[in-house]
Amino acid sequence: MIDLCSLTAVELADLVRSGEASARAIAEAHLARAHAIDDRIGAFLRLTDQKALEMADAVDCKRARGEPPGALAGVPVGLKDLLSTKGLETTCGSRILEGYVPRYDATVIERLRAADAVFLGKTNMDEFAMGSSTENSAYQITRNPFDPTRIPGGSSGGSAAAVAARMVPIAIGTDTGGSIRQPASHCGVTGLKPTYGRVSRWGLVAFASSLDQIGPFSRTVRDAALVTSVIAGHDPRDSTSAPRGVPDLLAALGRDLGGLKIGVPREYFVEGMDPDVAHVVRAAIARLAELGAALCEVSLPHTEYALAVYYLVATAEASSNLSRYDGVRYGLRVPAASLDQMYARTRAAGFGPEVKRRIMLGTYALSAGYYDAYYGKAQKVRTLVCRDFDEVFGEVDAIVAPTSPTAAFRLGERVDDPLQMYLADVFTLPASLAGLPAISVPCGFVGAPALPIGLQIMGRQFDEPTVLRVADAFERAAPGARRSPEVLP
Amino acid sequence: MSAATDRYEPVIGLEVHAQLLTASKLFCGCSTAFGAPPNSHVCPVCLGLPGALPVLNRRAVEYAIRVGLALGCEVRRSSRFARKNYFYPDLPKGYQISQYELPLNESGAIEIEMEAGPKRIGIVRAHVEEDAGKNVHPTGSPTSLVDFNRSGVPLVEIVGAPDLRSAAEAAEYLKELRAILMAIGVNDGNLEEGSFRCDANVSVRPVGQAEFGTRTELKNINSFKFVRQAIDFEVRRQSSVLEAGEAVRQETRLWNDARGETFPMRSKEEAEDYRYFPDPDLPPVEVDAAFIDRIQNEMPELPSARRRRFVKALGLSTYDAAVLASHPRVADYFEAALAEYGAARAQGAKPVANWVINTLMKTARIDGLEAIFAVPAAHLAQLQKLVDEGTISLTVARKVLDEAAERGVAPAQVVEEKGLCQVSDVAAIEAACRDVIAAHPAEVEAFRGGREKLFGFFVGKVMKATKGQGNPKVVNELLHSLLGA
Repeated sequence: MIDLCSLTAVELADLVRSGEASARAIAEAHLARAHAIDDRIGAFLRLTDQKALEMADAVDCKRARGEPPGALAGVPVGLKDLLSTKGLETTCGSRILEGYVPRYDATVIERLRAADAVFLGKTNMDEFAMGSSTENSAYQITRNPFDPTRIPGGSSGGSAAAVAARMVPIAIGTDTGGSIRQPASHCGVTGLKPTYGRVSRWGLVAFASSLDQIGPFSRTVRDAALVTSVIAGHDPRDSTSAPRGVPDLLAALGRDLGGLKIGVPREYFVEGMDPDVAHVVRAAIARLAELGAALCEVSLPHTEYALAVYYLVATAEASSNLSRYDGVRYGLRVPAASLDQMYARTRAAGFGPEVKRRIMLGTYALSAGYYDAYYGKAQKVRTLVCRDFDEVFGEVDAIVAPTSPTAAFRLGERVDDPLQMYLADVFTLPASLAGLPAISVPCGFVGAPALPIGLQIMGRQFDEPTVLRVADAFERAAPGARRSPEVLP
Repeated sequence: MSAATDRYEPVIGLEVHAQLLTASKLFCGCSTAFGAPPNSHVCPVCLGLPGALPVLNRRAVEYAIRVGLALGCEVRRSSRFARKNYFYPDLPKGYQISQYELPLNESGAIEIEMEAGPKRIGIVRAHVEEDAGKNVHPTGSPTSLVDFNRSGVPLVEIVGAPDLRSAAEAAEYLKELRAILMAIGVNDGNLEEGSFRCDANVSVRPVGQAEFGTRTELKNINSFKFVRQAIDFEVRRQSSVLEAGEAVRQETRLWNDARGETFPMRSKEEAEDYRYFPDPDLPPVEVDAAFIDRIQNEMPELPSARRRRFVKALGLSTYDAAVLASHPRVADYFEAALAEYGAARAQGAKPVANWVINTLMKTARIDGLEAIFAVPAAHLAQLQKLVDEGTISLTVARKVLDEAAERGVAPAQVVEEKGLCQVSDVAAIEAACRDVIAAHPAEVEAFRGGREKLFGFFVGKVMKATKGQGNPKVVNELLHSLLGA
């Protein structure tokens, strides 16, 4: 009997469409695995068995009625708890939203539903997506399936770990400064952050509105392309959603890299980077040349400012976005004698330390007298970061770099050192600031037990096809870069 | 006026928040209708639910551009929405989406008519923003409630320059602004329901001093009367503070209607820092020249132009012109009646205007921008023509109007059915006059003895005898000759 949990989304949907497996059997198999092993991982905040089985049965009924099942027929999907799900508690990993049950679905949720995906549950995350290790969740930690003493990355750590541990073939994450790519890298799975504006943010609980973007985790590039083609496309409910068509992403796959020019930015191989990681990434890049790509060194001179820019822009936006959690309409309320005290006590009790830190940073950056020096200047430098990419993309079709300077670090290792934690995203922030599509694909391992390393491929705005093409070619050429975690059955 | 007030000159600038009369809210599809049950016109966007995003209402931008053009502003081709951050229970997102650095409309002016002549009042900016919800404090309850029906309703905030120098000027400015917004169809001018709200920035300075004094901001002035009273109070208060050698505190003050005074609400020194920044959820608002041109071309006649036309082309008094042009539907009705009146328009203007101002405006049902009059404009024109032709007297005409209104029929039909045609038959009227004179010898003697005021007495008696249908002109002439006056 086939192990349904080891199949890809493409394979599972085919089985459902051909009738070789029912959506219910697939859902049950994945739920059984998740229930069996997730106490050791902590990927899911909530498994929604009943909802999953209802959705699976609906897909089976649809097929029985002779209607063609959708592109993700019966594919189990984990959803980052930052996505608004009608009737399903959505906490964003925060105490302040404990018990909050949305009355509407995010656009991404609607589109997955319309494609006949089956929702298995909501995955763990750093509170309001603020963090790089998922240790900032108010509810639980998530362990790296390759080494349970290590972090899975973050903020979408639950989604990454769930896919790596084969609890689901697909999980949806969000990426503001690397929150899909960095955990994908640490968990040895594929994670795509589409172009800003490619996927609707309607129903994505905002962290930093000018940066947030939704994308998939998967175990293959083909699955990433499939899911992205389901969730992408213009949405009139999101004014920042791009009013343009989505090209055929699957058509970009299965090709070599002949005729492609790929840039390697010198600023991404710097001192302080783990030499083993650099070695694995360099070897992976060399493989791209073997596949027909022309490599060249390029320079993105403002890379070193990306971290500072990001922590001003993202925190400023967050300080405003998180103002709505005031205890008035939903979520936590700590009663008090006066209105101001109610606000203060509610927010003091409801937010964790990292969220408070960022609200304070952002509030400061926007304050009268400081705005120009901080937020205003950050926006100017953000333009310079974008210009760097514009210039390089005049010369090359894609840029490749490490996803993260290190492999997954140990649980607790950086919780008391926010700056060290922030450095985990140093290679993913520039593409976020420029709104570019970027993917992380597994490209090798370091150390013992072996920890996965990710290769990051960045493309021009809205050029997901080239990003996926490079990732897919590499994946097929380097099968050894992908393995299942050894510690799990 | 106290002596202290005479030594100080007031400097006043008004900020007006006017609702733009769109059917749906500024950033979502919820209805803007007033008076619905609490929290029945709400959705994830205007409730500030996690993950909800704003989408700009194009009609609101169009209306706001109409405002900008009517106020002579420069309309910015690219403007931005910004977030104004502060905590309040009626503000669901913890920020208001407004405009800050790049407002839609800037640098305009309107003219107000004062006794001393016209005066130009600058408009600093007119930008678009969303309204907040409404806090409700049920009496006897320890808890407060919030109604979010108003949350997200589109407003235009019109910031006037500090060009006003008296409460009277401020009231005139406010009236003119209201008339303009109503004329261009974007606002119903309803102060009570809060669709047209006003805050006043008031300061005083010693006469002759160039620099402005410290200002206070007056809130909660929701009628024209209160605007005058609140400003007058504040000018007197600030003048006496300065006269006493003290300094005016920069603060926000609330008008208390019952006590007829302003009192401090919060001090500006501890005022909040709103931390404005461009809203990343909304791209810049780009409007092209063709869009602005189209709005300009569709712009109706503004009240000032209409008043001028009424005076110059129709010979109305400035007072009558101002009353008629104060509400666009009243002016429309007047003009429609005059058009029906036909050829000799200039001749009919004054009597038709009198009908509208003295009678029809008083009985009209005016609800916001809508006005329903007792009779159609064509019937009013017909009524005046019946008077002109001498068919009925003015006195009878008033009764005919009432009946025509009540029955919904044309005045001519009422006149015919009731046989109200004026008696111009000299013989019949003369007979009536002789009867009256014969019946009142004492009065006749007194009249002839010099009590000329008794003439009216005889007219009244004759009119009564002719059941009001005697042609007054004929009655006058006959009585004069018969009484030998």
